[in-house]
Parts: sequence; structure tokens; C-alpha cells
Amino acid sequence: MLEIKGLHVKVAGKEILKGIDLSILPGEVHAIMGPNGSGKTTLAQVLAGRVTYEVTGGTARFEGKDLLAMKPEDRAREGVFMAFQYPVEIPGVSNAYFLKAALNAIRKYHGQDEIDAMDFVTLVQDKAKLLGLDETFMKRGLNEGFSGGEKKKNEVFQMAVLEPKFCVLDETDSGLDIDALRLVANGINAMRSPKRAMLVVTHYQRLLDYVVPDVVHVLVDGKIVKSGDADLARNLEKHGYGWILEEAPRPAAARP
Amino acid sequence: MRPVTDVAVAVDAKQTYVAEFASSEKELGGPKWVRTLRQNAIARFESFGFPTQRHEEWKYTNLAPLLRGPFKPAILARPDGVLAEKLEPFTFGVLKTNQVVFVNGRYAPRLSYLRSLPEGVRIRSMAEMLRSEPRALEKHVARHASFEADSFVALNTAFFQDGAFIEIPKNTVVDEPIHLLFLSASKDLPIVAHPRNLILLGANSQATVIETYAGWAPDVTFTNAATEVVVGPAAVLEHYQVQRESERAFHFGTMTIDQERDSSVTAHSMSFGGSLSRNSVSTIFRGPGGSLTLNGIFMPRETQQHDNYTRIDHVAPSCTSVELYRGILDGRSRGVFNGNIYVRKDAQKTVARQTNKNLLLSKEAFVDSTPGLEILADDVKCNHASTIGQLDDNAVFYLRSRGIDEEAARNILTYAFVADVVNQVRVAPIRIKLDQLILSRLPKGAGLGETL
Repeated sequence: MLEIKGLHVKVAGKEILKGIDLSILPGEVHAIMGPNGSGKTTLAQVLAGRVTYEVTGGTARFEGKDLLAMKPEDRAREGVFMAFQYPVEIPGVSNAYFLKAALNAIRKYHGQDEIDAMDFVTLVQDKAKLLGLDETFMKRGLNEGFSGGEKKKNEVFQMAVLEPKFCVLDETDSGLDIDALRLVANGINAMRSPKRAMLVVTHYQRLLDYVVPDVVHVLVDGKIVKSGDADLARNLEKHGYGWILEEAPRPAAARP
Repeated sequence: MRPVTDVAVAVDAKQTYVAEFASSEKELGGPKWVRTLRQNAIARFESFGFPTQRHEEWKYTNLAPLLRGPFKPAILARPDGVLAEKLEPFTFGVLKTNQVVFVNGRYAPRLSYLRSLPEGVRIRSMAEMLRSEPRALEKHVARHASFEADSFVALNTAFFQDGAFIEIPKNTVVDEPIHLLFLSASKDLPIVAHPRNLILLGANSQATVIETYAGWAPDVTFTNAATEVVVGPAAVLEHYQVQRESERAFHFGTMTIDQERDSSVTAHSMSFGGSLSRNSVSTIFRGPGGSLTLNGIFMPRETQQHDNYTRIDHVAPSCTSVELYRGILDGRSRGVFNGNIYVRKDAQKTVARQTNKNLLLSKEAFVDSTPGLEILADDVKCNHASTIGQLDDNAVFYLRSRGIDEEAARNILTYAFVADVVNQVRVAPIRIKLDQLILSRLPKGAGLGETL
């Protein structure tokens, strides 16, 4: 589904990703873990199409298509969704309007009619229930005055409504209390399907207790230094990143 | 700093208007007190002339294009050919209104109609009032809008012949809005009209008044309107001013509102048209307990200039004013917000909030925002804020990352910038109309069909 080869990315002239290779098949959930500043968020953002990130080398193909050549809106229409680490607050645009506009833009791209108003209401209610969001939330401004937890729930809620093929979750667990974490994890797990793939970017192993990944990658200084199964995440939680740094020789470790 | 020609143009223009007055004084007519008023006004105008950019309040507005004129009195325009069908774009859909139409400043009875009004409510043309009941005007005309310090009010006072007179008796509620529609229509000749309106709300009465100023491209017209409003004790007024003149027109509008005790006023002023437009609103709290919501939206584009001047005078204690102005500027347009709030010595327990936010959609657009508060009382809650900015790239990316194309994302965010002001419009058909107007002015604004 997603095939990344030798991806190099610069941000403000500084190389952040130094050759990423990653292959994700339909139905798989991959986790990317790594210390702060390792390039996790850069990887997520570059897949979503943020222009401030400059791709200096490598490729990323989504279902065989050149993902990096697509505009952000076309990536979304093709089925790529990123749950933001810091969702933006937009007063004056209601959650309902925004979500309907997004849904219809995607439908239009696939030659479908706009969603019927009643169908939209039903769809939204079902998905909102899943995440414990009450109805007034749809009328509020987009993320306006939302707590950190509400914003993260809203990201997963949007994902549930838009039903993308490939989901990138950027630190969706950070700042959540245990109840919110469970709701968010349930929302994510409800989306798991043999046709859908996910890339879960996280600093902590906590979320991975609930959303158990098929593959875990450790990203250090812009490179994937180790890959393994869910046990790798547990080991990282127990022993920190130190043992990996010693085990895997890499350019950054050589720096003074 | 300023070129001398600026001043020379202003002097020439002044002399033209003064000469025009001398030759048409007889025609302008009116009872003796009106004739005296006109003479005083033109004398005052002659002594201080047109403002130039040396005047603090006019620092950012170059009047030269207006002053080069010359504009002929509207009476010289060909008899109006405005058909009822042509009014449709300026009405409010399903909203039932009392519609009073003026063409080039003169009342147009065949385009106007009044619905059944409560007993005692009077809606008349100012010209008719001057003929039949001038005494009813004498107490108010020029008592609220002072021409002592304002050239445009002085000109209006010297030249006015018609306009709307509205009187709501005490304890009377007028449910259906009163729509005053001022049309500028002159194909060949640049003309000037000076409509003069007087709106009187008796104690404990209630009314909604809409003033629309509209015209058609490519007419070059000059509208110099003055509206005096007196809101009696505990009366409630909802007022809308919608400026939709031709984009080659000049529009100067001055509204003064006198609020008596416990009265409540919500005034919205929306500027879309005009090549150069100045919208001035001055309000005063004469008695305690009054409240005022003063909202404005201005959206110049291309080379339009929209100048907004507001003045809120808290003379009496325990009054509340909340002012919210939003500017969206595109192209090489210019905008001005000049807000002045005065809290006098005895105006304790005043609450005054003023916010002006501006969104620049292009690098060539420019806005000057001067919020101002002068507080002489010590037990008050006052604040003001002003911002100028561009669309937030993070917000644009957020919308795009959900499948919304870049243009639509920008339009959604631009609309959202004024949504909090639009949402305060209580009458739904007016709100819907404003939505349409705003959306139609967004760059390639199609595709945002419904209220956000």
C-alpha cells in the first residue's frame, strides 16, 4: 500500500530524514517510535504534504502512485489521512460544515454525488458515539476551545467519518488521560481492517498496549535503526532507547 | 510631505460647491429655519473646506479623486429609468419589509410600498415633511449631526432636499423591517445626491431599519448621506447599513445616534461598493442603562478604499458598548478603521469593548487601524484590540489535508473571519443575504453555497 524508498527530507535547510525505507501492506499497523527530534513528525507531515518540508531524495508511492507529487488535498482524496499532533483551531467554521465539505470533496473526486443531509447526520452520530463526543460538538467552531483530549478525539472522529485507506497518526496519544486514551484507541481499533493500513507515530509505548502493532520501527536521527514486532515496543518502554543506540551502529552515535 | 496640489484641489472643489449653493439656493427652498440652517452650513463649509490628509481623522484617505469631480446636482440627471425588477438584487428574499425607495436622493413613490403599520407610525419622505410639517423636523434636523466639525455633514445640510422620515410612537413595536433603499443611477453624468434621514423612536418602542445604498456599474455617482437617529427611553433599534454602490462611485455616509436611558441599539454597517467610501457612525449615551452593539464589515478589493470612522460617547453612567469591526482587504485596496471611545467623568460603571481585526488577502492591500479610548471616569471596564494579519498557513494546510482544495480552504477561512459578526444578525433573511454578498466577493467565491 505504501512503499517508501531512500527518503531524504530537509526542514529549513537541515536534513531531518536521512534515508527512510518503509513498506506497509494493506491490513498492517506499523508503529514508528523514537526519541524527540528523531524525525517522527517530519515523516508524518511529509506524507500528508506539508510544503515547508523539502524532499531532497527518495520516493514514496501510495498504491503505486507517486505520493510526493500530489497536492495535499489529492493525497486525502486518494485515501491518505493524517491525524495531527497539534490540530488547528478554526473559529467560525463549524465541525459539521468542515467535515461535510471534506467528505463531499472526497466524494466528488471519486465521481460520487454529495452526501444526503440526513445520511450525513446519521453517519456523524454513529461515529461520534464511538468516541464519546456529544452532539453539541458538531455545531461548535472547528477545534475551537477544545481541550487537548477533545482535539485528539476529533482527529480520530474525522478519520472514522472520512474512512481513509491509509492513516498516519502523529502522536495521537500525547496529552491524553487514560479514559480518553481508551476511547481514542477503541476508535482506531474499530478502523482496523484487512483493506486499511496505519502508521502510528508515538513517543511512548502506552497507546501500543491498546493498538497492538504488527511491526514496530525505531527511528533515530532520521533513520530506521531497528524493526521488530510488538515486543520491541515493550522492550523500549522497559529499557529506553539507550540499548538500541549501542546495538545499532549509526552516524549520530559517532558524533561527540 | 503631502503634495501641495492636494490642497489646491480641495480649495477648487470647495469653491465649486459654494458657487453651486449660491446659484441653487432658491430652488433648494424650505421654511425659513431650514434656509437659515443651509446658509450657516455652507458658511461653515466655506470656512473650513474639504479635509485633506493633514487632518488627523483623514490621514489615510486621499479625497482627490472625489474632489476632481465635478459632480452635478442629481436633479440634472435624466428622469430615472429604474424599473421595479432592477431592485430585486437589493431586497432580502422572503423577508417582508416596508420598502421606501429613493432614486438619486429623491423619493420614488412608484417603487415604494408600505405594509400595514401599527397606529401612529409615520414613514414619510423628508421633502413632503418639509412642505407639510416642517415644525416636526425643527426639533431634530441638524441637532444631532453637527455640521460644525464635519465638511460632509455641512454639505449635506446645505443641499439636502429629501430622504426618509420615520417616527415610531411610544410603546409601539414595528415587526416588519423598514427598508430604505437609496439608488444611485446616472449613466452619463456624474451626479451628487445628499439624502437626509431622520429616525425617531418613542419611549419603549421597537423597530428594525435597513438602509441600503446601491448603484450599478459603471455609473460614477457621489452619495453624501446623513442619518440622524434618536432612540427614546427603553426603546430598541436594530439598524443595518448596507453599502453596495457601483465600484466607481463615491459614498459618504454619516450616522448619528442619540440614545436615551435604557435604550438598546444594534447597528451593523457593511461596506462592499464604492471606489472611495467613508462610513461614519457617532453615538452618544444621553441617559444611564443604555446598550450599544456596533458591528462593521468592510471588504474592499482591487483599488477600492473603505474608510470607517466610529465615535462612541459615554456621557451617562452604566452604559455598555461592544464594537466589533472586521476588514477583509484584497487587491491593492485600502482600508481605514478609526475608532474613538470617550468615557466622560460622570460615566461610571461604563463597559466599553472595541475590537478591529483585519485580514489582508493580498500583499498590495493596506489597512490602517487606529483604535482609541479616552477614559475620564475611574470605575469602568474598557478594552480595545486591533489586529492585522494574513490567512494562517497551518489552517489552510489542515483543511487541505482533509481533501478540501486550496482555493476553497482559503475561502472558508476568509468567510470564517467575519462569521462571528454575521452570526449576530438576528433577522435570518438579512443574514442569508449578507452571507451571499460576502461569499460572492471572495476570490472565485463560488462553491461555498451554505452557511458555515
